[in-house]
Amino acid sequence: MFYRENGQFKTTYQSDQQIFAIPQDRWAILAIIAFAFIGIPLLVDEYLFRAILIPFLILSLAAVGVNILVGYCGQITLGAGASMAVGAYAAYNFLIRIDGMPALAAILLGGVVAAAAGIVFGAPSLRVRGLYLAVATLAAQFFWDWAFLRVKWFTNNASSGSVSVADINLLGWTISSPTDKYLFCLGILVVFSLAAKNLVRGAIGRQWMAIRDMDVAATVIGIRPMYAKLSAFAVSSFYLGVAGALWGFVHLGSWEPAAFSIDRSFQLLFMVIIGGMGAIAGSFFGAAFIVVLPIFLNQMLALVGGWFGVEVSIALVSHIEIMVFGALIVFFLIVEPHGIARLWSTGREKLRLWPFPH
Amino acid sequence: MNLRKLAIAASVSAIGLSAALVSPAATAAEEQFFPVLAYRTGAYAPNGAPWANGFVDYMKLANARGGVNGVKMIWEECETAYATDRGVECYERLKGKHGGATAVQPLSTGITFALTEKAPVDKIPVITAGYGRSESQNGAVFGWNFPLVGTYWSGADVLVQHIAKKEGGFDKLKGKKIALVYHDSPYGKEPIALLQERGKMHGFEVSLLPVAHPGVEQKATWLQIRQNKPDYVFLWGWGVMNSTAIKEAQATGYPREKMYGVWWSGAEPDVKDVGAGAKGYSALAMQHGAEPNSKVIKEVLASLHAKGQGTGPKDEVGQVLYMRGLISAMVQTEAVRVAQGRYGKGKRITGEQMRWGLENLNLDQKALDALGFAGVMRPVHTTCIDHMGSGFARIHTWDGNKWNFSSDWYEADQKVLRPMVMLASAKYASEKKITPRTPEDCKK
Repeated sequence: MFYRENGQFKTTYQSDQQIFAIPQDRWAILAIIAFAFIGIPLLVDEYLFRAILIPFLILSLAAVGVNILVGYCGQITLGAGASMAVGAYAAYNFLIRIDGMPALAAILLGGVVAAAAGIVFGAPSLRVRGLYLAVATLAAQFFWDWAFLRVKWFTNNASSGSVSVADINLLGWTISSPTDKYLFCLGILVVFSLAAKNLVRGAIGRQWMAIRDMDVAATVIGIRPMYAKLSAFAVSSFYLGVAGALWGFVHLGSWEPAAFSIDRSFQLLFMVIIGGMGAIAGSFFGAAFIVVLPIFLNQMLALVGGWFGVEVSIALVSHIEIMVFGALIVFFLIVEPHGIARLWSTGREKLRLWPFPH
Repeated sequence: MNLRKLAIAASVSAIGLSAALVSPAATAAEEQFFPVLAYRTGAYAPNGAPWANGFVDYMKLANARGGVNGVKMIWEECETAYATDRGVECYERLKGKHGGATAVQPLSTGITFALTEKAPVDKIPVITAGYGRSESQNGAVFGWNFPLVGTYWSGADVLVQHIAKKEGGFDKLKGKKIALVYHDSPYGKEPIALLQERGKMHGFEVSLLPVAHPGVEQKATWLQIRQNKPDYVFLWGWGVMNSTAIKEAQATGYPREKMYGVWWSGAEPDVKDVGAGAKGYSALAMQHGAEPNSKVIKEVLASLHAKGQGTGPKDEVGQVLYMRGLISAMVQTEAVRVAQGRYGKGKRITGEQMRWGLENLNLDQKALDALGFAGVMRPVHTTCIDHMGSGFARIHTWDGNKWNFSSDWYEADQKVLRPMVMLASAKYASEKKITPRTPEDCKK
């Protein structure tokens, strides 16, 4: 009823090629972004910021990075956590070793270093595919885990291997309160998501998708697999590196390699698979599912127990949480193997016809 | 599955979410709230659960004794599963409840590192009795961290003193080989700096053998030990890693008498599955060991467990980790008492006032006797600069059935520790751009 395109005519190529060609979509997205920037800081308390929203934003950014590589270019990676670690430790070293280095520049440079590392560890993708590539990228994970645990230079000879940074200062704005941190992460996420959306719509994104769909055919029509695959690794690792640096600088403040362990890599891969491969929006759905749902379940179960006057022990709650979470993953994968993003777009298609579907 | 059902399910759960997140702001009159970050699930649960039971039992006991000048302790548990991100989430969830948390005890070095960043902002002291950052005993830089009763550096120092005594003097340590089998995390790495420092002083060699989380895979580590034949093995493990290490030592034939654990590797869950195989294995006792005969334990059994109000299994009461939880809660309760002495008896205190209490803790022998801790621990005396309070420890040995003390008290050598603490904390201060507190700041 409200969501239909009858009577909207596009008279220029520009209007036909917009990111959100339908005005309702465009306004909805703008409204969401405006709400995120203005509404949420007014409404939300510190707990939601620090425990849910900031991790959600940063992991969404990381999931966008993984989605570029896995969803758009079809290269499975289990080294996402390693790229985050490279970004975080590179940014840390830039910050402490160069006097007067602005933190934002350090974070971006961390992303650049991660991109370079991503290219090196993406090189096997030129020879091997699928599960074999997944195993090859595992090497990156183990190598960087090892390096940051054992090579003292990376951690500036910290006695326990844990590094820490001060609050970020951005052109006189000291980012210390949860609201500041949230806005800073949100700003970066919006810019990076727009860039990603445009990348995947452009020439290079089409090359990635061609490689994903059938690399032999893509080569035949003149796409250079080396360039396409390695650029996907580079862009993806850049995103992951920036996300890793934010995770360390903004969310944790002090971290050790365990923050970017193999579990993180799996978590990011699951986000993309559950959220929707080959859809930028899927990264956000996936991140919300993996970050928010367990915490929500955990609090819900205790609350539900309270309604019935039962004191549920925390051990039982966390056991049930794990079971329900696992069941939900299976449920979503059966209902919609293409992820929550596909569910969302099916819903939108139906909405366009509603309330007269025939 | 049609879309409508899904949409309904989604909106129902969204309503539930908002209901769950809007928690009622309870204005507690005279109650003192403590979040309990526990882990009763996961690879470390066998060790985490008794600690949490002891911790909660002491607060129950304090309430049964009439609270602190009438102020009752209240608490809420949250499951961290020893994971840093969940621990931080739990902390954020609980810190504002019931008028605000008084102090927090994370029982995980990883969570401690994360909370160290948040404590000065939230003004909630982080008490880490026997763990956490070793350099945080310097209260001038780490204003909100309290590694009460012991740090890993003081523990490692006592271990070195003990083997020096066994060998007949520090000069006999020259040329000896000590292997450190450690949990590959900030926790396990903490003692390395001190052992290497001591190694340089006395000429012994430290070889480092990391074990990856959770520590069930140690075959390669113990193969190396069999090849290198170190004179002593120090074990810095937690959870299932400890019992695995002892089993591997048994399998490779490394004498248990030459193995020494940290105080987190010397409790009943670590050895009871191995039983007689662990006989002769020693570990640090963080002042206390297993204390089933102490006065306070008898009181806990009589006034809580006999009435069915105790926490956890009754036969674990008085075991090593239970005692650790009990003592952790005791020092925190006593700090509340000290703070009330300054800010008003019978009144609720804030996190900032709690810090003053923790910095002016003066538990002398008389006070300990009155609390039922006679023979369990030594006096603790903190200051604004010294947040540790006591650097004493002793050794206890497993005889196949129970832990028995096998040494006298040792005190960590401040001549060794102090320069290291100052150096490490100065580095932290420069990284975080902290100006250390001066004696004038302390008086506030």
